[in-house]
Amino acid sequence: MGNVLAYCEFGGSTLKSSALSNLSFARAAAAAHGGEVIALLVGQGASAAGADAARYAAKVVVVDDAALEHYLAETHAPIVARLAGEHGASVVSATATTLGKDLMPRVAGLLDAGMASDVSKLAAGNQFVRPILAGNAYSTVEVSTDVICATPRQTEWPAAEPGHAGVVTTAPAGDVDALGAVVERIESSKSDRPELTDAKVVVAGGRGMKSGENFKVLEELADLLGAAMGASRAATDAGMVPADWQVGQTGKIVAPELYFAVAISGAIQHLAGMKGSKTIVAINKDPEAPIFQVADYGVVTTWEKAVPELIEEIKKVKAAR
Amino acid sequence: MKILVPLKRVPDPELKTKIKDGSIDLSGASWVVNPFDEYAVETALRLLENGESGARDGGEVVVVTIGPADAAQQLRSALAMGADRAIRVDGEDKALDSRTVVAVLQAVIAEEKPDLVVMGKQAVDGDANQVGQMLAAKLGWPQATFAASVELPADKATILVGREVDAGVEYKRIPLPGVVTVDLRIVSPKAVKNSVTPDSFAYGDGPRYASLKGIMAAKKKPLAEKKLSDYGATPAPVIVEKGVELPPPRKAGQKVDDIPTLVKKLVEEAKAV
Repeated sequence: MGNVLAYCEFGGSTLKSSALSNLSFARAAAAAHGGEVIALLVGQGASAAGADAARYAAKVVVVDDAALEHYLAETHAPIVARLAGEHGASVVSATATTLGKDLMPRVAGLLDAGMASDVSKLAAGNQFVRPILAGNAYSTVEVSTDVICATPRQTEWPAAEPGHAGVVTTAPAGDVDALGAVVERIESSKSDRPELTDAKVVVAGGRGMKSGENFKVLEELADLLGAAMGASRAATDAGMVPADWQVGQTGKIVAPELYFAVAISGAIQHLAGMKGSKTIVAINKDPEAPIFQVADYGVVTTWEKAVPELIEEIKKVKAAR
Repeated sequence: MKILVPLKRVPDPELKTKIKDGSIDLSGASWVVNPFDEYAVETALRLLENGESGARDGGEVVVVTIGPADAAQQLRSALAMGADRAIRVDGEDKALDSRTVVAVLQAVIAEEKPDLVVMGKQAVDGDANQVGQMLAAKLGWPQATFAASVELPADKATILVGREVDAGVEYKRIPLPGVVTVDLRIVSPKAVKNSVTPDSFAYGDGPRYASLKGIMAAKKKPLAEKKLSDYGATPAPVIVEKGVELPPPRKAGQKVDDIPTLVKKLVEEAKAV
């Protein structure tokens, strides 16, 4: 016992950046439990990313099977649960992405394990600090089962640094039973911009942008800065921009170096998703908007005036470099 | 078709969070149905009715909660929206964790034999997002979490669920019985489709308000009072809260007069551009 089985998402031949946060959590948990980190890659094509995973963990287990073409909690959870037993894991973790959040409670159900969701800090081997009430408080929970499941929050755990020359082994998928579940299709929202949860800079707009057409100027600012686009729930609910741009308690949790909140009033719901950002800039015509309470820099003005000017000024700075 | 909707009461999320003696101060809290669970009730009702005529196309919606006597109020709210029957299992929040809740729900399901369980993706107090998936695992049922849309075909043998995932929207079909957990966009006007409501029909945005007639009717609908022991459950939480803290306040920010000043500060002070 004492090992940490870290389920890692991958794309092609590399781990996703979200997996690197999980590995840094896993290292902390393994140190607390006196065990080692075992990175687990599950899915068709997983073998290709084994070498990359071996840079971060002494042991890598790959389960690569044609029956695992699409991720399904029904097929992945039994594999994770079985390998947790085979590898003496006392902690089983996955980053709290939509996949990790779908998968890990199912693994906990199969293992009869207690679980800590959205872990932001490890207080002790079996004590986890995690946000509750939309991030308005942090709770420390003690989980007393022999095996513990956990989903570390990506924004709270830095990406693990490479430094291992790990050993990659393979494990069989076993009987793959999807319980009748099938992925019929995925409508992907591909864009050339960085992923919202990975971006160093995020430009987000709110209800005050009034229409999707008006977001174009924000997109121009985003592209100038190499930023991802975000939005408040009010803007996505109104159909101005795609739902997967939503930042907040019910959307994506982001913590970029720089966050622009433009025409966003700053509902608790939204703040829960972005207040971990390093520098927050708020542009809003209402001086009383709650967003100014979390902003490092606030400008009271309309977006119509501010954003084009911002673009010009940043272009000047870039040209001077 | 029988749909079971587990729901939880939560302190009103609009109220300011206070801490007393190392835990959340709930002394003055007003309680509401967890918003995502309210969306689940709305989803269940939309699945079973003709949205245009408002007529129920058979079926039954049963709501269940585990909570103290006061939690009956939140069950009555769901009954007033249109659920048919309610079960309250007596229990104190402190003595419950996701594992205990799942054990009780599993026993309720063994008794009720629903065709579908619909519930919120998470409760907005604990924000854990565990029960739906754990329950599906224990039952050996398929799951579709974070549903932004659902489509129930005429044969009611499967359900097609649109899930918002990191890569976009995934359409996952699961056979029934199964567990569906809902996200907020499930209550948008055309998110729930069955074979009865005309495709052209659009609901109002958000969960329905209970009508006066609904509120009156709810008083007469059956509400069973049960104990944890009725379901063979003992409160033995394995997840225990050791303390609660408010997040550190952000350093006070500054208002700047104009955009050139802002950019200057972003470059020189914050070194963010």
